[in-house]
Formats: sequence, structure tokens, C-alpha cells
Amino acid sequence: MNGSDIDGLTLTGSKRSLLTVSSIMALVLLIALVGCTSDEDPTATPSSSSNGSGSQVASGVSAIAAERGLTEADIEAAVKTYVPSGGRDEYIQFASGGHSGQMLVIGLPSMRLLKVVGVYTPEPWQGWAVGDASSTSHILDDGNLDDGTDLSWGDTHHPALSETAGDYDGEWAFINEKANGRIAVIDLRDFETKQIIKNPLSMSNHGATMVTPDTEWVIEGGQFPAPLDGSYAAIEDYEEKYRGVLTMWKFDRSTGRINYDESFAIETPPYWQDLCDAGKLTSAGLIFCGSFNSEMATGGIEDGNPPLEAGISQADMDYLHIFDIKKMTDAVAAGKTDLINGFPVISLETAATEGILHFAPEPKSPHGADVTPDGEFVVVSGKLDPHVTVYSVPKIKAAIAAGATEHDVFGVGILDFDTVVEVQVEVGLGPLHTQFDNQGYAYTSLFLDSAVARWTLGGSFSDLHSEPDWELITKTPVHYNIGHLATAEGDTVSPDGKYLVAMNKWSIDRFNVVGPLLPQNFQLLDISEGGETMPVIYDSPIGVGEPHYAQIIKADKLNAWEVYPEVGWNPETMSLDPRAVAPGEEGVTRDGNNVTVKSTLIRSHFTPERVRVKVGDHVTWDLTNLETAFDATHGFALPGQNINLSLEPGEHQTIEFDVTDEGVFTFYCTEFCSALHLEMAGFFLVAPN
Amino acid sequence: MLRINELKEKAFGPRIPREIVFRDRFRFILPTLLMLIAAVVLFISTFFPYWRMEMDAPQYPRGLEMTVFVNRVEGDVQEVDTLNHYIGMRPLSEAGELERSLAVIAIGSLVLLIVSAIFIHNPCALLLTWPVLLYPAIFLADLWYWMQNFGMNLDESAPLSSIIEPFVPPLIGEGKIAQFTTYASWESGFWMSMSASVLIALGIFFHRRAYKPLLDEAKAVQQSSSGDQ
Repeated sequence: MNGSDIDGLTLTGSKRSLLTVSSIMALVLLIALVGCTSDEDPTATPSSSSNGSGSQVASGVSAIAAERGLTEADIEAAVKTYVPSGGRDEYIQFASGGHSGQMLVIGLPSMRLLKVVGVYTPEPWQGWAVGDASSTSHILDDGNLDDGTDLSWGDTHHPALSETAGDYDGEWAFINEKANGRIAVIDLRDFETKQIIKNPLSMSNHGATMVTPDTEWVIEGGQFPAPLDGSYAAIEDYEEKYRGVLTMWKFDRSTGRINYDESFAIETPPYWQDLCDAGKLTSAGLIFCGSFNSEMATGGIEDGNPPLEAGISQADMDYLHIFDIKKMTDAVAAGKTDLINGFPVISLETAATEGILHFAPEPKSPHGADVTPDGEFVVVSGKLDPHVTVYSVPKIKAAIAAGATEHDVFGVGILDFDTVVEVQVEVGLGPLHTQFDNQGYAYTSLFLDSAVARWTLGGSFSDLHSEPDWELITKTPVHYNIGHLATAEGDTVSPDGKYLVAMNKWSIDRFNVVGPLLPQNFQLLDISEGGETMPVIYDSPIGVGEPHYAQIIKADKLNAWEVYPEVGWNPETMSLDPRAVAPGEEGVTRDGNNVTVKSTLIRSHFTPERVRVKVGDHVTWDLTNLETAFDATHGFALPGQNINLSLEPGEHQTIEFDVTDEGVFTFYCTEFCSALHLEMAGFFLVAPN
Repeated sequence: MLRINELKEKAFGPRIPREIVFRDRFRFILPTLLMLIAAVVLFISTFFPYWRMEMDAPQYPRGLEMTVFVNRVEGDVQEVDTLNHYIGMRPLSEAGELERSLAVIAIGSLVLLIVSAIFIHNPCALLLTWPVLLYPAIFLADLWYWMQNFGMNLDESAPLSSIIEPFVPPLIGEGKIAQFTTYASWESGFWMSMSASVLIALGIFFHRRAYKPLLDEAKAVQQSSSGDQ
């Protein structure tokens, strides 16, 4: 089949719709032109050369539409998502980079990738943790295993933006790493990772990261139970010796770091704890985490046991974990903790007897416990149950106050299902994750149906929509196998609605084939209209890792720096570096075998340009980018030493390494900084000892 | 005693007789007021920019700008210097160093000259205000001197010296240097100094009109008294 065949088919098949399309486009352009004429900025009038009536322009558009086989809906979607050259996106999506170990920053509605923030994997462009000499490498190394094993990848799952009073404040981002149980802190002034912490108790995590409404705590739920001290225990001793864990990391805004010493953990039963959500407004102070494997299955397919996937899915109910933060911190303050690996842990027994932890039964194999914007309800999606189950927080509180009558084998109180559930809404097959909008709707991803369900909320949301409460309104097919979804500010106290991103695991036939490993597909849905209208308006291939979860913030809430505030800035301490090099201070000094190089960078030269050392020297090299201009970044690549730095305007970095091999190594700038960028180089001359 | 009065009169011009002050107050207040305002305006101008250059180029969507005050240059000086080094121009901080260091003292002196002119009721007043009258022109001349000094003396070993010919950017209006379009404009401080000049010119005019009759009178008295002797 060749191209003209396709064109021919499309033309005959869509002649009538073309007429409609062209008339609609004529209208759209007429409106656009009227809009432009009222604009005083002459540069904002793009079609001055066409100088024709609306219909002439529209006929041009319809010709293009005809040629490309675009429908009316396609054109509408294009107009909704197109951001003109130089325009800015209205929302910014922070998405996990999956097992790329990074965090993706994407603009909405254009879905353009703005940045891949280096987190758990060295990232050369940002010079992030490239080589042992780099001053950022130790931040990544802080998350290494106890035996010092370098971790050079990560499985990022759930980013969380910092909140003030339950609303995103645009200051910090946190992201977990599932494979090795790590948490990272990213400063949204410079979009750089500032801290990585390895969980001392848990090899893995999944229910992370979530923050409390004022970001006092960053919540990390483990997933795969194991002995918490890292020791060996036979799998047959699973119930006795394997444990889950919920870690409460204390975040300190003034230092921009998690305070390890004020953090603690809670031992949980060896059910596989899953995603958590912090309560807000009326439910503030509570944490809700789903779990699966209340069966405590341990697999053993090779021994004739049911495989894990079947064993874990036997029981009709798993347990929604309900934690009380006040009771936790009281227990910690009262010293009711044990030290495991030097980290304070509230034992499961204490958690049960002090009422820190309660269970509510939840439909099997849930993924996600999501608190509604008013804090009144918790929505749980059981992957293997076609319903979302909506729990009432006041009912949960009343049931806890009344006392649990049943307990699990570990003594944790189980609340009565019918007493705490408000309603169950049948939404479709494979419900996974729910977020909310500003029109009283909830949106649930349906993995098996490969769709997004819109359904109505009750309670305080009842007045926001015209349909009956707790009812499925519509489903939009997505492509394919949706995992998480995210609506604009959809898990805050005041969601914006407007956009929803479906994070689809498979893309199958949606994009050009690029070999058997396919990109995931972020699909943008327009949810602004309400009712049954909820079209997909953009497909965005994500060609790194498998992104899981994302949060979407209004772009104007972010206050990222354009350049560092002062020349000589240390991005790690976020202050002026005492080692910063001022113009005139450059040079090479030697003290025995220790050589100190003080360098400045400015377009288009390094000072000094000749650095002479000898084999066996230990080099400490200070580099300050003197630039203050927007976008005037310099790189510093030193071949032979595995070094590449990104020195952004004003940035200072110090690198340290031992010189082992003689030779001539030309260092150079890796950012195309100027017309004389290729000339920006110097010689690192290593003479034999 | 008489001798001192005479000397005083010689230096400062005739004093105004009380009866004339009461009869014709406005005649003497007007020049004083004009010159006082000129002094104040001139003084205030040191806090305002005198000259500004805006530079537009494709890779600077926000443009670059330099604002010249009598004692300093503000704006994107570092960036302009960074760019200028490619064409071998010296850093802007080396231009007019002496002028900038003396500017505030110099303008203070001009203000003092104006104030003293108010108290001098003879043609010397005009002499004292000449520097103030000429000051805006002196400023422009100095600015031009440095621009041509810098623009015409480019380091021939600079990376882009083969591309950029020596040049002098215009003192006002549009110019073009490589990919940059420059827009130079006279700013509020400069206009204030111009206004001060105009006010001084008017002040001197009314000053003369106020005191000339007294001077003539005094001269006549002197002549007649010398004739008596």
C-alpha cells in the first residue's frame, strides 16, 4: 500500500465531514482573528501575511486536514493541546521515570517533555552523580546499601509534591525508589535532587511517597515483607518472622532535608502494604494504606504450592490499614519503640494495643486508597472487584471509638465492613486508582477495561454535579492497560479538573514501532466539560522506564530560579560556597602531592587553560561558572577521569580525584555555550612522576 | 567700616534697599526661585539615570540594557562585558573612572555655584552659572569620548576582531552592531540637567532684570560722588 492509496481512501470517506470541519475551522479562526485585533502587540498577529478572510484561512486548514486525514475531533484536540512557539504550558506534571530511576517534568496540555531530573541514576546532562569525583555523587551514594554496593539504577514509582494546608505549594518534590527502598528529596527552586535516604528496615517500598497536608511527614510504605533487621529467616517462618513496615520520615522545610533522627517506623503484619494516602481536612491525622496478601501466601510454585499470584488472591477481602499519626508520635515520645538497625520502630504489638493501627476489610487486591478533596471519604479500588468501595471517615472514626470486636492473628482490631463503608460504586473491571476534579466527579482507572471511569461523588460534592450521587457516568477507552491516572491537582483539597493524564502501561499499535520494547503512553483527556464528554486529546510516548504515577501542579505555583542567586553558589547547600573562585583568584597550587586547581568559566574560556600535574597527585579542583545570564550553562568534561559537570549560571562545584595515568587530557565545555564553544577547552597535562 | 561695606558691594553687587523689596518683591523672588529650583533639580538628577542603551538580539528575547548614572552603570553590564570581550572591547568599568568618582562632588559644586549666584547681584552671577549651563553638553561630550575611545580601540587579537570593524554607537537613536540592534536614549536624569540649564538661563535673565537698575543706580551714585571729590 502506498501513500496515495491512503489519501484517496480518506478523501472519499470523509468528504462530508470535511465540509463541517472547514466551517468549524472558519469560525474558530474568525474568533481567533477577532481576538488578535484586540491585542495591541503587533507581533501577536500571526496571519498578517495571509491578509485574507476567515474562510480563506480555513480552507487552508481544511486542505491540510484533508491531506492528513484529520477528523473534526482531531482538529479540536489539536487546538486544545497546541502551545504556540514560545508559549508556556498551563500545568506541569511531575511523573516518575519508572526504572530509568529519574523524574520526568512534562508540560500540559502540550505534553512536551521539559526535563528528566536525575535522581537514582547518574544523569550526564545535569552532571548528576557522574563519576566518583563528582560532588553530587555522594548524595546518590548516601542511598547505597550497607555494604557500600553502588546502586546505579532505581525504580521510581510515586512522586509527591509538597503541600501547605493540603494544597500543592510548589516547593519540594519527593519520589520513592521501589527496588531498594529509597526516598529522594528534590528542590523545586533548581529541580535538583538534594537528598537520598535508604530505608534501614525495608529492602523495598511501594506505598511511597505521600505527604501529610503540611508536609511534616513523608510516608513510605514497604511492600515485600522480610525480617526488618535484614537477617535471614526461612520462608516457612513467614508469619512469625517476616514483617511489613511503614516509615514516617520527618521533613524539615528550613533545611530542605528529611531529618533522619526525628523519623521512625511502625512494624506491620506481613500483608503486602500498598499505596497510602494521608488524610486531609476532617481526616487529617490519619493515614490510609491498602494491602494485599492477607492470605500470607509465600508462593512455592516449584514445590506444588499455588503460585504467588493465585495464593495472594484467594480471600475475598484484604485489609485497609488505618494509622493514627497522633497516637504514633505519642508512642514515640513515650519511648515505646525498639531500635532495629539503630532506627526506632513501634512494634506491631504496640501498634495494635495503642490503637495506632486498625483494619477495615477491603475488596481483594486493592491498589490505592484515595482520600476525597474534603477529607470525608476514602476510595479503595480492588483490582479484582468491579467496584470502588467508598469508606466514610466519620464512620471509621466512630467505629474506632466504639472499639473493634474482631482482631487479626496479630491482634490488630478489624472494623466491621458494613459499619464503615458508605457505598460501593460499580465502575468496571480492574479499578486501580482514583482522583478527583472540581465538578464533584471522581475518576478511576480501569486496568482490565482499559478505560477511565467518571463517577459522581456524594456528600458535600452532591451539589457540584447534576447527576445522582455515587453513579457511573461515562467511560473513555484508553490505550492500553491504564495504571495510575492523574488529574490537575487531583489529590489536593482543591482539585482543578480540566485535564486528566492516563498513564498507560502498554502502547501496542499507538506509535511507530521502535523495536520490541515499546514506549508507555501518557494520554491526555479533556475532563473540563463534565457529563459524558471526556475525550482523549493527546497521545504522548514515554521512552524511558515505566512511569507509574504523576502529580500535576498549576505552573504558576512553581517559582524555579532562572539562574543561581549568587555567583559561586553551591546547589547542595543552597548557599554561597566558601570555596567559590572569584575572577583573579584562579590558579594551580601544590602542597606535596596535593594539587588544588581553582578555575573560573565564562564564555568562552576556562581560566586556567593549562593544568600541570604528575602521576600520583591528588587533585582538588574548584570550578565556578561566573555567568549570570539566563541559560549560560557550561559543562566540564575531563576525559580519562569519568567526569562531566553541569555548571549552571553562578554554580560552583568541587571535584576530587587521584591521578593514576600519565598523558595529555583535553578538558572541554560540554554545553554549546557560544559561537566559540568548540574553542572552550584546556589541557590537563599529567607528567610521569 | 565703610571700606568693608564697599568691598562687600563690589564683590556681591548692590544690596536691595528695603523700600524696593516691599514694593517690588516679585522682581527679586523670581530669579532666586528659578535658580533655587535649578539647583534642586540638578541635585536630584544624580539619583536618576542619564542615558540608557537597549540591545536586542535573537538570543536575548528580553533584550539587554545598560543604564548610565553620573556615578555608575547599571543593568546587564557583566553580560555586555562578556560579549564585548569577543570583539576586544575593554570592560565597561574602565570607562570614565575619574568622571564617575568625581561626579557627585562635581554636581555638588555646581549646586553651590548656583546658590552663590543667587547672592551675587552683579554680572559675576552669570560667570558662576556658565558651568551649569554647559553641564549637559559636557556630559554628552564625555559620554561620546568614551564610546569612541572604547569602540575605536578594539584589541586586534580578540576572537572576533576580523568580523567587527571598530565602531561608535550612536548617542541617541538606533544603531547596529553584529546581530545586535541598539537603541540609545537620554533618560530622566539628563532631562533634569537640561531643565536645570534652562531654569538657570531664565534665572540669569530675570536676575539681570532685577539687579541691573540697582547696579546702574549704584554706578551713577559712584560716578557722581567721585565727581564731587
